[in-house]
Amino acid sequence: MPAKTPPPGRLKILDAKDIDRILTRIAHEIIERNSGAGNIVLVGIRTGGIFLARRLKARIDAVEGTDVPMGVIDITLYRDDILTRHKKPLVGKTVIDAGIEDRTVVLVDDVLFTGRTIRAALDALMDFGRPARIQVAVLVDRGRRELPIHADFVGRTVVTAPDEQVEVWLTEMGKKLRDQAVVFKKGSAG
Amino acid sequence: MKTDKGPATFGHKHLLGIEQLAAEDITLIMETADSFKEISTRTIKKVPALRGKTVINLFYEPSTRTRTSFEIAEKRLSADSINIAVSTSAVVKGESLKDTVKTLMAMQPDIIVMRHQNGGAPHFLTQIVDASVINAGDGIHEHPTQALLDLFTIIEKKQAVKGLVVTIAGDIAHSRVARSNILCLAKMGATVRVAGPPTMIPAGIQKMGARVFHRFEEACQDADVVMMLRLQTERQAEGLFSTLREYNRLWGLSARMLRYAKKDAIVMHPGPMNRGVEIDPEIADGSRSVILDQVENGIAVRMAVLYLLSGGTGDITE
Repeated sequence: MPAKTPPPGRLKILDAKDIDRILTRIAHEIIERNSGAGNIVLVGIRTGGIFLARRLKARIDAVEGTDVPMGVIDITLYRDDILTRHKKPLVGKTVIDAGIEDRTVVLVDDVLFTGRTIRAALDALMDFGRPARIQVAVLVDRGRRELPIHADFVGRTVVTAPDEQVEVWLTEMGKKLRDQAVVFKKGSAG
Repeated sequence: MKTDKGPATFGHKHLLGIEQLAAEDITLIMETADSFKEISTRTIKKVPALRGKTVINLFYEPSTRTRTSFEIAEKRLSADSINIAVSTSAVVKGESLKDTVKTLMAMQPDIIVMRHQNGGAPHFLTQIVDASVINAGDGIHEHPTQALLDLFTIIEKKQAVKGLVVTIAGDIAHSRVARSNILCLAKMGATVRVAGPPTMIPAGIQKMGARVFHRFEEACQDADVVMMLRLQTERQAEGLFSTLREYNRLWGLSARMLRYAKKDAIVMHPGPMNRGVEIDPEIADGSRSVILDQVENGIAVRMAVLYLLSGGTGDITE
């Protein structure tokens, strides 16, 4: 799938069908890896991760007949670049009602890139308790890690250049979006 | 790394007063504070956002709640905070404000939170320091974080502030809380009434966007919020009113007086309270009092202000 020389403009790397199949596969992988869904908490990273976590929950619940607890994590205040930027990202809320103590937390995000978001999410999670283990599920792994972090469940691995941007658009984000993952040159209007 | 609404721009280096803020700035502070409030409910009430930043709380006037509130806010953001109270500092040995501040600057603070008995002192400070300055009350001028936490509490209880009738009663003339609140509420679309004895209503207060009442009953009529101010008994020597008993009868918030306000009206007070003077104890502790919510919200609002002012250059990219 990875194009060696992406054409100018936007390149679609996943369409709605792809995303649907990937999420179904990852849901099954999560169940398999954890021998069921009994001790799992799905935690979506704001914003894209939340929608993906919800979709994974629906699939896992359908297969296992469970009601897997969900959470939302905002990593803004744990970013390592927060003090070097002038414009501040809007801070969102972190809500994990079920708690994470002794549970298996599956962190869900749309794109895995430098690993810094996951690093921040790991720090944030530790402030909420001591989970039994943490696993990471992402829709797209675009490589170019800057930290020793890996994903346990990967939708699609894509080779990208540093000046490229990968975005996942989901219908839940509004504005008449269709499910898709796109790659484009930074600076060009995605 | 995306947020719900993209990067937010708070185009101010200092928070000197509500006067300099636009309605959008105030809304941004409210939204940010709403997220910060959740942090105080965690087991570990701390985030690393201001790690490595130094904040000096420079208080030239006695203050317990404002200073403590700022200090907790700083600590919950992981900043290193230092308190300097005037009574224990070199100021009592005759050091000037400028010299004190120059000494402090050698310690390279990033933010200075200042309370001073003279209006304009924090503004003066911005001219001699590189740090961000937050006004924690200057003379009878402004007390912006108090107005912001009051607004946050009103929005929390009433969902919105636009169109609400807010009555501010007491010694308006000597109250920086009143001035900041009038400015803030007017900017956010509330109808502001001020009430107090004529000796305590400053000339020209109408220009700030408030309507003046000289009878408390009329001022309370159909109000959504009744905000009482502390009677500054230390100024009693000026002869602004005759006796505390008379003041309480005419301007104290009692159950009888509160009946004029709407049934679901909330009661506010910035503290510290003179129970039995400007507010009756059963009202202060009653079900409509949100006074303790104000204290709690003060931490979240101050965290939001500290976060938004904590400098840096460049933009958030991804």
